[in-house]
Amino acid sequence: MNLLSLPRAEVAIGIPIIGAILVRTVRDPARADRVAIVSRILVLVASLFAWASVGTETALCPWGACLTFFGRPIFTVDRLSGSLLPLVALLHVLTVLSTSRVKRNRTSYTGHLIGEAARLATFSCIEPWPLIALLAFSTILPYIEMAQRGLRSRLYVWHMLAFVVLLISGWFAVESKWSVGPILLLAAVLVRSGTFPAHLWVVDHFERAAFGTALLFATPIAGVYVALRLVIPNAPDVVLQTIGIASLVTAIYAAGLAIVQTDVRRFFAYTFLSHASIVLVGLELHTSLSLTGALGMWVSVALSLGGLGLCLRAVEARYGRLSLNRHLGLYEKSPMLAIGFLVTGFGCIGFPGTAGFIANELLVDGAIEANPVVGVALVFEAMLNSIAIVRVYLLLFTGTQNTSSVPLDVTWRKRVAMLTLFALIFVGGLAPNVWIHERYEAARSLNLFPEE
Amino acid sequence: MPDFPTLSANLGTVVISVPFALMFYLGGTTLIGRKRSEAATARAVTATTGVGLIAGLIVLGLMLTNDTQHDVVSFGDWVHVETPVTEKPFHFAIKFVFDRLSVPFTALTYLLFGTIGVFATKYMHREEGYNRFFTLYSLFLAGMVTAALAGTIETLFFGWELVGLSSALLVGFFHNRPAPVRNAFRVWVVYRISDAALLLAAVVLHHMSSGGDFDKLTGYQQIDGHDVAAWPYGVCRLPANQVLIVGLLLIIAAAGKSALIPFSGWLPRAMEGPTPSSAVFYGALSVHLGAYLLLRLDPLLDASPVLSTIVVILGLATAIFATLTARVQTDIKSALAFASLTQVGLIVAEIGLGWRYIPLVHILGHACLRTMQFVRAPSVIRDHNAIEYALGDRLPRGSSGFLGKFGVRAYRFALERGHLDAILDRVFCAPFLALFRGIDRFERRIAITVNDDQPTVEAPVATPSLSPAKERAI
Repeated sequence: MNLLSLPRAEVAIGIPIIGAILVRTVRDPARADRVAIVSRILVLVASLFAWASVGTETALCPWGACLTFFGRPIFTVDRLSGSLLPLVALLHVLTVLSTSRVKRNRTSYTGHLIGEAARLATFSCIEPWPLIALLAFSTILPYIEMAQRGLRSRLYVWHMLAFVVLLISGWFAVESKWSVGPILLLAAVLVRSGTFPAHLWVVDHFERAAFGTALLFATPIAGVYVALRLVIPNAPDVVLQTIGIASLVTAIYAAGLAIVQTDVRRFFAYTFLSHASIVLVGLELHTSLSLTGALGMWVSVALSLGGLGLCLRAVEARYGRLSLNRHLGLYEKSPMLAIGFLVTGFGCIGFPGTAGFIANELLVDGAIEANPVVGVALVFEAMLNSIAIVRVYLLLFTGTQNTSSVPLDVTWRKRVAMLTLFALIFVGGLAPNVWIHERYEAARSLNLFPEE
Repeated sequence: MPDFPTLSANLGTVVISVPFALMFYLGGTTLIGRKRSEAATARAVTATTGVGLIAGLIVLGLMLTNDTQHDVVSFGDWVHVETPVTEKPFHFAIKFVFDRLSVPFTALTYLLFGTIGVFATKYMHREEGYNRFFTLYSLFLAGMVTAALAGTIETLFFGWELVGLSSALLVGFFHNRPAPVRNAFRVWVVYRISDAALLLAAVVLHHMSSGGDFDKLTGYQQIDGHDVAAWPYGVCRLPANQVLIVGLLLIIAAAGKSALIPFSGWLPRAMEGPTPSSAVFYGALSVHLGAYLLLRLDPLLDASPVLSTIVVILGLATAIFATLTARVQTDIKSALAFASLTQVGLIVAEIGLGWRYIPLVHILGHACLRTMQFVRAPSVIRDHNAIEYALGDRLPRGSSGFLGKFGVRAYRFALERGHLDAILDRVFCAPFLALFRGIDRFERRIAITVNDDQPTVEAPVATPSLSPAKERAI
């Protein structure tokens, strides 16, 4: 047995746990920050190894060294989760890189590293009960952070409680062969994904929690993973159609609300809801193109939304909580953040040249084939979102110049983080064939294609 | 000595890639935070547009000397998805077409970009945002060249979007002032409606032909016993009902981009941008892109008398509206904008009437004339004064030509620019905003009630702090 034959998923999950233990022993915030960065970079490398091993024996359970649940491996890096692990790890690296120095004292590195381990474990877990346990555990961490800050959020608590109860009872019903099982699981997915009318907790969470925590909790779009692992394989067509219709309504509803927001966090929350819902719409359509497009959108939207959120977080760190009632004129002082906002914002909507473009084309093409009305609705949603993004850009970065006398552009760490994001968004957009093919194979591995 | 196809393909590649090279240079240096001198930017702009223009003219010369009407430069499948047998496969080919339509338009693009680029290097000297201007300028050039040479509907869409984004950002170039920013947003909204229509048309066409190639869509026509695919000899291969749907979507897209009725309101607003961009975008190139789209997909119009009639009516209505409105404008750029729109309306009507070369020549001539007028616009008052000084008297002023009650009504109509913006605002924007603002207030109340407290961070309420008129504009 050598280092390369270690179980990749377990290694990727284990590193942040070790990092969290190490961080607990460090008192100096600067050192804790460095430990957190190193841990997260190691996680990223490990998850990239895990992705590279998809389809090989080492991706499964080499040497019997992996964790098992009643004799079955809990964590597996398959075609679906292969690209999700690096995505989650990358979002964490970028988040820690873009954390302002002034916020280090308030940042719970231990909590963030444990949260990362939980998310990685969730996205590589294939066994239903451990997956449910991980999802339930993941909901506790943001609550603890909010409680530590003295923030109450009943909306969050009630929704997450409902999610966990529905998930447990739903899976129990499915295992007991009760017909109500898929419906309960469907409700759980809708709650976790923030589908209308169970979407208020997402907006509330973004408004109240630390932006970084909310971002990392939301942007990997765990609800889609739950749908793919637990609901879609067990659900009748009517349940899938319900997911599709509810998600489509949410996508347009949230895009419309994003246009009228007067608070930047609420704007981000609605933009997130709209895009996350689109992924679910694609999964329901059941054509190979829409499934490929949906999985592609999942990655591109998570990446772009993560970047957009980090830009807004960096802007907030410099100028405080941002109101959208007037023009703030931040461009001259923070041009890199303005460019970052535009690039990531247009990445979300699938602007030509960005990673989301082809995924969006595939999704709309598949939708037109399955149901032309859905195709039209998707284009309408993209139009609304693009209007919302440019509106917010103009409100934040144009207008009478901000007259601060201190430099407010990004530091080199943030510049590295943003350039990494830009590179991924543009490379994914200019050379899409490789990763779209990978998404196609991931979609095919779900056994949901029409002939299968 | 390379043979004609190889030489033509290589030069074609140069024509296509040069604007992207400029875009990556200007955009890349901005992203990595490297300062560029004005001279370096000016050299890059001059060199790239010069190279592109020369390569384009050589391609044109080669096509004329070899009697080639249709040359394709293909970069293969950008994306290829092998779907199950029950579904159509997905191809996204990057293909560019050099024909009688695209080559003159591309040459015009390079010519005007080069000329105005040189003008702008002086005009924008020491202007704050000099590099930003040229970065957006290069983005626009890339979009125009891509859209003009596109051989597939998706490639055209790619260029179309780049043009839209760069246009809107350049309208808001002077972003310290409120008016340019408001107008940039208005332009963006209209462009997005246009883009949505084009995207839908693109997806529908792509779906029908499994690739979106114009060649496949518009097929061949028999000329002198030979199959001719080159513009303007294409024939439509789609069924009549599909032609109507796709054609209507394309007309909406063209109307948005070319400021045809009812979207005409954005054109004078776009004049808030710097004069060089106004000249080359809204006087010359961008405003003709809708007409170009109709010319490119002319077989659809040929196949449907209904579509042709709609295009003629739309063009003539726009021309009449614009010529009335142009006569009451009090600033030179707005007057030029509506004068430009009058010609665009006529060009669109010509396309609807089934003419092909006349509108193309009209576009080329009009673009050059209007660019010159826009560039001269800032000094027209000085010229006017100089002439009056030389004459020793006032220049004669023309009469409005409006008489009686009709004249007053027409004057008011023209002064209010046909109330087009107000109608769009009242019919579409105001109800939309009222609905979603109401929902937003309701959701905030629910959140506060459930959480049983006020938000810890004071969130602004949805009530606008600006005046209603400004808020509508924002």
